Amino acid sequence: MKRSNLPDRRGYFGEFGGKYVPETLMAALDEFETAYRGLRRDRAFRSELDDVLRDFVGRPTALTEAKRFAELCGGMRLFLKREDLNHTGAHKINNALGQALIAKRMGKKRIIAETGAGQHGVATATACALLGLGCVVYMGEVDMARQELNVFRMRLLGAEVVPVTSGSRTLKDAINEAIRDWVTNVRTTHYIIGSVLGPHPYPLVVRDFQSVIGREALAQLRKRTGSIPDVAIACVGGGSNAIGLFYEMLKHDSIRFIGVEAGGRGPNLGDHAARFSGGALGVLHGTRSMVLQDEFGQIAETHSISAGLDYPSIGPEHAYLQQIGRVEYYDCSDDLALEAFHKLSECEGIIPALESSHALGWLLRNGASIGSGKIVIVNLSGRGDKDVPQIAALEGR
Amino acid sequence: MNRVRKLFQRLKTEHRCGLIAYITCGDGPTIEIIRALEDAGADAIELGVPFSDPIADGPVIQAAAMRALKNGTKISDIFTIARAVRERSEIPLIAFSYLNPVLRHGIEKFADHAHAAGIDSVLLTDLPAEAAAEVKPAFKAKGLGSIFLLAPTSSDARIAVVDRASDDFIYYVSTMGVTGARSELDPALLTRLDEVRAQVRKPLAVGFGISKHEHFALLQDRCDAIVVGSAIVRAVADGDEIGAATRAGEIVRSIRMI
Ligand SMILES: Cc1ncc(COP(=O)(O)O)c(C=O)c1O
Repeated sequence: MKRSNLPDRRGYFGEFGGKYVPETLMAALDEFETAYRGLRRDRAFRSELDDVLRDFVGRPTALTEAKRFAELCGGMRLFLKREDLNHTGAHKINNALGQALIAKRMGKKRIIAETGAGQHGVATATACALLGLGCVVYMGEVDMARQELNVFRMRLLGAEVVPVTSGSRTLKDAINEAIRDWVTNVRTTHYIIGSVLGPHPYPLVVRDFQSVIGREALAQLRKRTGSIPDVAIACVGGGSNAIGLFYEMLKHDSIRFIGVEAGGRGPNLGDHAARFSGGALGVLHGTRSMVLQDEFGQIAETHSISAGLDYPSIGPEHAYLQQIGRVEYYDCSDDLALEAFHKLSECEGIIPALESSHALGWLLRNGASIGSGKIVIVNLSGRGDKDVPQIAALEGR
Repeated sequence: MNRVRKLFQRLKTEHRCGLIAYITCGDGPTIEIIRALEDAGADAIELGVPFSDPIADGPVIQAAAMRALKNGTKISDIFTIARAVRERSEIPLIAFSYLNPVLRHGIEKFADHAHAAGIDSVLLTDLPAEAAAEVKPAFKAKGLGSIFLLAPTSSDARIAVVDRASDDFIYYVSTMGVTGARSELDPALLTRLDEVRAQVRKPLAVGFGISKHEHFALLQDRCDAIVVGSAIVRAVADGDEIGAATRAGEIVRSIRMI
């Protein structure tokens, strides 16, 4: 398969994507798209971005072979793409900085963002501090409680963190509130959405900024193994770290792609965030995709041990890649993710984010079917420091 | 010709600015409230379909939607309400929803059920005019009008697109922001309204934030109708259930002052 030239001009990946927003925002989306199309190939912009990614974020991130963990998974050659080593501790900074640089060029002095795990909020607050932009982050009250450390970090970075008390008080509600702010302040404000979600052009822009992950990984793997991977695996919340790893690899027909969703505590609606097994075609937050909802079209509440995967919709490009059969999607339960979290910590000396632990959990359970000679890459999307207090509380320590 | 289109023709011959009343279906005794709104002089009713994630709504309508959903309100209840109104009244009814509940019901099935229940037109908040083709043919086949929004940020090109796509009238969003009563109208509104009106052929209704007679007085010569939403929804919630309809009617009377 050639790497797709999607989305089309109207922002669709097949039947998924598009722009479903109140009229007030249409002009801002057009403005953002025009600005981005101009900057996408602009030398000065690219080199400014490359400089901050190198000198501030610390790219390229390492590629680490995980031999001891691989043995537990059935003995493949396993490589971890170390997005946890980015400044601020996750892949989110790649997108936050890219968009903040665009906002600055557009003359927008105020940035808003939503956050679930707090990683995107921290990344956005960091980018704003670096570039001298005002920053307001919306975060559900439930998430604020389970990611307290990140709330404090955002405030240290000078951002205002606004608790969201509506609905399920998690990521979905934080996005609702961010959109309401944007509708009100759109002339002065840019909304930095944290994943490959939302109305066009966000899924395109965020993918472009995250695709640095796969580009680096391919070059690093070639150097280390002389070849491309057989299997690429990533966890999927909205889907930005997964698209980031997969995008440059999609042109290689031989690579098998696996996205891992949050299986939560079981298959009933409300107990997980597995959009492909439990969702239906719908429109949420400006994009048409697979959405967890009840039979009346009301959006369902979701559950995951990891705040970053706890969301009822999925990026439209993933819905497309699933539909055409290019990427396989599975889910990993809370318990299995926790098991992988501990295993990686103990046998590799790397504490993974709970989100990334879902990708590792899938491999732990299913690795034996892959074959021992195969080269496997997992996107280690973030570090687990933020999750330590939650896990300590959960496990009574 | 549907009842909404007829209404705007009548308003034109009467040289009068109409008042459209929005309510969240399933929050309070909806059928009684509609009767009271009509008795108080409302010219048309917007039947708000409650949605779990109302991104274009402020706190008042958000809370109403949550109450309605908690009461178990489903899209089929909107049809039941419309049928009950139709038993005694020819007041124009406009279904006002986010896209997802309608998508889930099925666009064609929705058009069928809405038409059979006596609903005249449909406005989907998060469906911009560019995507009109996704619903319009199905709505049109049942004689339902499609209504689209314009906003202060809409460019001239978009104004033209919305004018073409809207069947019965255009809903002009008065201000930047979500729904909710405001004490003052947006200072830029009146000039902008004159500019927009000069560019469109369809009737223009103005909504968001309108809650007082002063607003109505300022707007009545500049548009074909005003929409009152949060002020009514708040009055419904602000007291016991028995008085809800009366309180809603009083809002309409106080705004029209007739
Ligand atoms: C470390 C980490 N990984 C993954 C995710 C999920 O997001 P996405 O699917 O967009 O990569 C998050 C979101 O907060 C995160 O913090």
